Amino acid sequence: MTLPFLASDAGAAGLGVALAVGVAFGWGLERAGLGNARRLAGQFFGTDFTVLKVLFSAIVTAMLGVFWLAQMGILDPARVYVPETWLLPQAVGGALFGVGMVAGGLCPGTSCVAAAAGRRDGLAVMGGMLAGILLFAAAFPLIDQLYEATPAGTLTFPDLLRVPPGTVVAAVVAMALGAFAGVEAFERRAALRPGGAS
Amino acid sequence: MSAIDFAAAAPARIAMPAPAVRARPYASPYLAGVGIGLVLLAAYVTVGHGLGASGGFTSVAVAGVAAVAPEQAAASPVLGGYLGGGGRGPLADWLVIELIGVALGGYLSARLAGRARRTVERGPRVTDRARLMYGFGGGVVMGLGAKLARGCTSGQALTGGALLSVGSWIFIATAFAAAFAAAPLFRREWT
Repeated sequence: MTLPFLASDAGAAGLGVALAVGVAFGWGLERAGLGNARRLAGQFFGTDFTVLKVLFSAIVTAMLGVFWLAQMGILDPARVYVPETWLLPQAVGGALFGVGMVAGGLCPGTSCVAAAAGRRDGLAVMGGMLAGILLFAAAFPLIDQLYEATPAGTLTFPDLLRVPPGTVVAAVVAMALGAFAGVEAFERRAALRPGGAS
Repeated sequence: MSAIDFAAAAPARIAMPAPAVRARPYASPYLAGVGIGLVLLAAYVTVGHGLGASGGFTSVAVAGVAAVAPEQAAASPVLGGYLGGGGRGPLADWLVIELIGVALGGYLSARLAGRARRTVERGPRVTDRARLMYGFGGGVVMGLGAKLARGCTSGQALTGGALLSVGSWIFIATAFAAAFAAAPLFRREWT
């Protein structure tokens, strides 16, 4: 059998997956403490490295899963949608997003978790997100050139660097392990998390 | 570790309002991260795409505009794509259902761990009202950024990051760099 399992994400099966995946995702975010804006914002003041640890653990896990399932011929990677690359709008959009994240203390997904757990600041961020999206739509005639600039299509690092996927996968694993070791050492030195969970 | 180091680190924990029910400590971030990675992998292998959050917000925003001004929603190059055939595009529907699941999963996890309570998370130096305004403003800027970048922490950083998309890693790099650079402006809000 070749995965992905479903030809489309529409229909009852796809929407059932959506709900199950969503519940598990929200559960994982809350368990990590990322429904708490102070914990998330602490990443950018050097007092809490949960964001980095969770993000890179998740990326490495899913990346290794895709890599090995493809190697074993179980998963057809060509049937997994890779977000397209638009160099300039993603660089500028990422920077705006980062400023908004440290101001809001939550990202779009974690704002839903925070709101569901009773945090009113989560609701405020959700309301702001909706307003920001409508503002983007209203301002689109002014920024459409930036939005459409520098399209690069589906572009992955193995394509860009002309190296086998395994090389990039190994490099990302090494980078993540290096980052984990770095922040653990920093935390030990600063004793930032007395009795910490790691 | 010394007692002095402990005292220096303590305010961040003490500042948390005393919960009505005893809250259990959070899970190991590595364990939670591996769990989220497996959820992401499950999405790839079942439906052939990853997670998302800002797309679901867009669908909700579009549904709101379509309810009051259907022509404007259809004419907008940003919003029109989310109307699709039969009201909404299939991926948009998927993301809305997924986002409802995120809220449900977050609530269940918080409830079972004694962490669900009505409060506002903020630093000790700002009022709830100020924190809510920062939150709304931050949401607006994130909404703009996520639309420009065609995704957020879920759809770009996690989903595209694990698939080694160049644009997704650009998003991760500039988002982290900008958040660190802007952090001093928001120190009062959090510390």
